[in-house]
Amino acid sequence: MARALRLWLMLAAAAAAAGLLALASGSVATPPGEVWRLLWQPDGSSASQVLHDLRLPRALAAFGVGGLLALAGALMQVLLRNPLADPYVLGVSGGASVGALLALMLVGSALAVQAGAFAGALATIVLVFALARRDLSRLDTTARLDSAPRLLLTGVMLAALWSALITVLLMLAPEARLRGMLFWLAGDLGGGDVGAWPLALLALVLVLAWPLARELNVLLRGAAAAQSLGVPVLRLRRIVYVLASLATAVAVTTGGAIGFVGLVVPHALRLLVGNDQRVLLPACALAGGTLLLLTDTIARTVVAPQQLPVGVITALLGVPTFIALLLGRGARR
Amino acid sequence: MNKLLLDAKGLAVVAGTRMLFESLDLQVQRGELWCVLGANGCGKTTLLHTLAGLRAPRAGTLRLKGRPLAEWPPGELARQRGLLPQAQHDAFSTRVTDVVLLGRHPHLGRWAWESEHDRRLAAAALHAMDLDALADHDVTTLSGGERQRVGIAALLVQDPPLLLLDEPVAHLDLHHQVTVLDHLRRQARERGRAIVMSIHDLNLAARFATHALVIGPAGRLHQGPAESTMNEVVLSAAFGHPVAAERFGPRTVYVAD
Repeated sequence: MARALRLWLMLAAAAAAAGLLALASGSVATPPGEVWRLLWQPDGSSASQVLHDLRLPRALAAFGVGGLLALAGALMQVLLRNPLADPYVLGVSGGASVGALLALMLVGSALAVQAGAFAGALATIVLVFALARRDLSRLDTTARLDSAPRLLLTGVMLAALWSALITVLLMLAPEARLRGMLFWLAGDLGGGDVGAWPLALLALVLVLAWPLARELNVLLRGAAAAQSLGVPVLRLRRIVYVLASLATAVAVTTGGAIGFVGLVVPHALRLLVGNDQRVLLPACALAGGTLLLLTDTIARTVVAPQQLPVGVITALLGVPTFIALLLGRGARR
Repeated sequence: MNKLLLDAKGLAVVAGTRMLFESLDLQVQRGELWCVLGANGCGKTTLLHTLAGLRAPRAGTLRLKGRPLAEWPPGELARQRGLLPQAQHDAFSTRVTDVVLLGRHPHLGRWAWESEHDRRLAAAALHAMDLDALADHDVTTLSGGERQRVGIAALLVQDPPLLLLDEPVAHLDLHHQVTVLDHLRRQARERGRAIVMSIHDLNLAARFATHALVIGPAGRLHQGPAESTMNEVVLSAAFGHPVAAERFGPRTVYVAD
C-alpha cells in the first residue's frame, strides 16, 4: 500500500512536470515561471490568451485521452485475459472511424465528426455486446476453452469489417477531404474543443473501476477459480466491458485512433510494478495521461509550424521502447 | 459441530444435452476424503463444479451446512467451499506469493489489503506445498506440476471446510503426489475438513481416500467406503477395461490388464 502511494505520487509529479512543459512549449515559448503566474492570474496578454484558449484545453484533453486509453487497455487485457489486447481490439475504434469519416465526408464540421465518431463507437459496443451475449451473460466454467477467445474473435472480426468500410470511404472521399480523414485516422488532438470532458470521464472510470481491482486480480485466474472465490464473474465482465468501451469511445471521439498508448502503458507498468490491478489502474491513468501529454507536445512542436498527428509519435516512440522493455526482460531470465 | 457438510439428494447432472447421471444421493461429512473415479467424460469435472455451485443441477437438491447451495451469497459461499479447477493458465506474470494470496479474497473486505496474518497463511501454504523456494518467482515460468501446487496452496489459504479438487495430482511427480495427498488427508483428519477430488490413479485413491464415488458407464453410480467400493468388478466396468486388485503388504494395489 505504501509502495503504491509512493508510485502514484511519483507519477503525479511527472504528470505535473509534463503539464508545465506542455503549457510552456509552442510556437512562442513561455518560461515556466510565467506559465505558472498566468495560469492563476490571466492578464489578457497574447501569451495569456494562447495559454488559456489553446494550450490549456489541449493539454487537458491530451492527458484525459491518454489516461482513458491506458486505463481501457489495462481493463481489456484483464477482461480478455490476453496481454496483447488493447482498447481497440473489440473494434470500438473502427466503428468510431467509420462514423467520423462519414461525418467528415458528408458534413465536415468538428462537432459532426465527434458526433459521428461517438455514434460509431457506441454502435460497435452494442453490437459486440449482442454478438458476444454468450460470453457476457452465461457462465460455463467447465468449458474446455476460456470464453475469452470467442469474445476476442468477435471483436477482431468486427474490426476487420470496419477496416474494409474505412477503405471504401477513403476511396470514395473527395480529394479535398482526404487529408483531414487521414489525419483523423492517425490520431490527432487538434480537433474541436472538448474541454475537460475526457478528464472528467477518466476520473469517473477510475473511481468506478478501482474498487473492483482485487476482483479483477482474481478474475485473471479464470472464470471457475474466480467464481469459486466469490467473484460475480458475469457481472464483473459486463461492468469491465462497459467501462473500458466507454473510456475508449470518449478517447477516440476526442483524439482519433491514437495507437500504442493503450497497449504499451499497462504493459510497461506491469513490468515495472507487477500485476496488482489495485496499483496498476491508477498508475495507468497517470502514466497514460503523462505519455500522451508529452507526445502531443512533441507532435505540435517538432516540425512547427506544421503539426504531426500525435498517433504517429506514440507509435514511433512506443514501439522501440516496448520492444526494448520486452527484450530486456527476457535477457534477465 | 454438525459433521454433515454437503448433502445432495436426487442430483441429476447434464453436459450440454448429454445426461451424465441422474439421482445421485451423496453425503459428505467432515473428516472424509472422497475420491471420484471414472472414465474420461463421465462427468467428474461437471459434478465437482455442480457441487461447488458454479452450475445448477438439472434436478435434485444440494445443501451445504443444511442451507440450499443457491441461497448462499457468493462471498459467504467462498468461505465454506473452495474449488481447484483443472489446468489453470496464467496469462500475466505474477509473483507466486501474490497468486496464493488471491485465495484470501473472500476473507477481505472491499477496501482491505492483505494483512501480515494473510501473508503468514500464504507462507505456510507455500511451505506445505514445498514451494518456499519459488515464492518470489513469476508464476508463468513454473512447470505444470509447480503451478498445480500453487493452485492447491491458494485453495489452502482460502481455508474453507469443504475442498473440491479436480485432479489435484495431475502433473505432479511421484514424491509430490504422495506429499500433497498426505497433506490433504491431514487437513481432513486433523482440521475436520471434507475433501472431494477427482483422480485417475487408483492406487493413490485407494491409499488416501476414506470414501469413493465411481461413475460407471451410462451414469451408473457406486459409492461407499473406499475399500469395499473400489473392487475389481466395479472398476473394470467403470473403465471398460479389466482391472485386477492384489494385496501388497497392508495395501491393495490395482493393476490394469
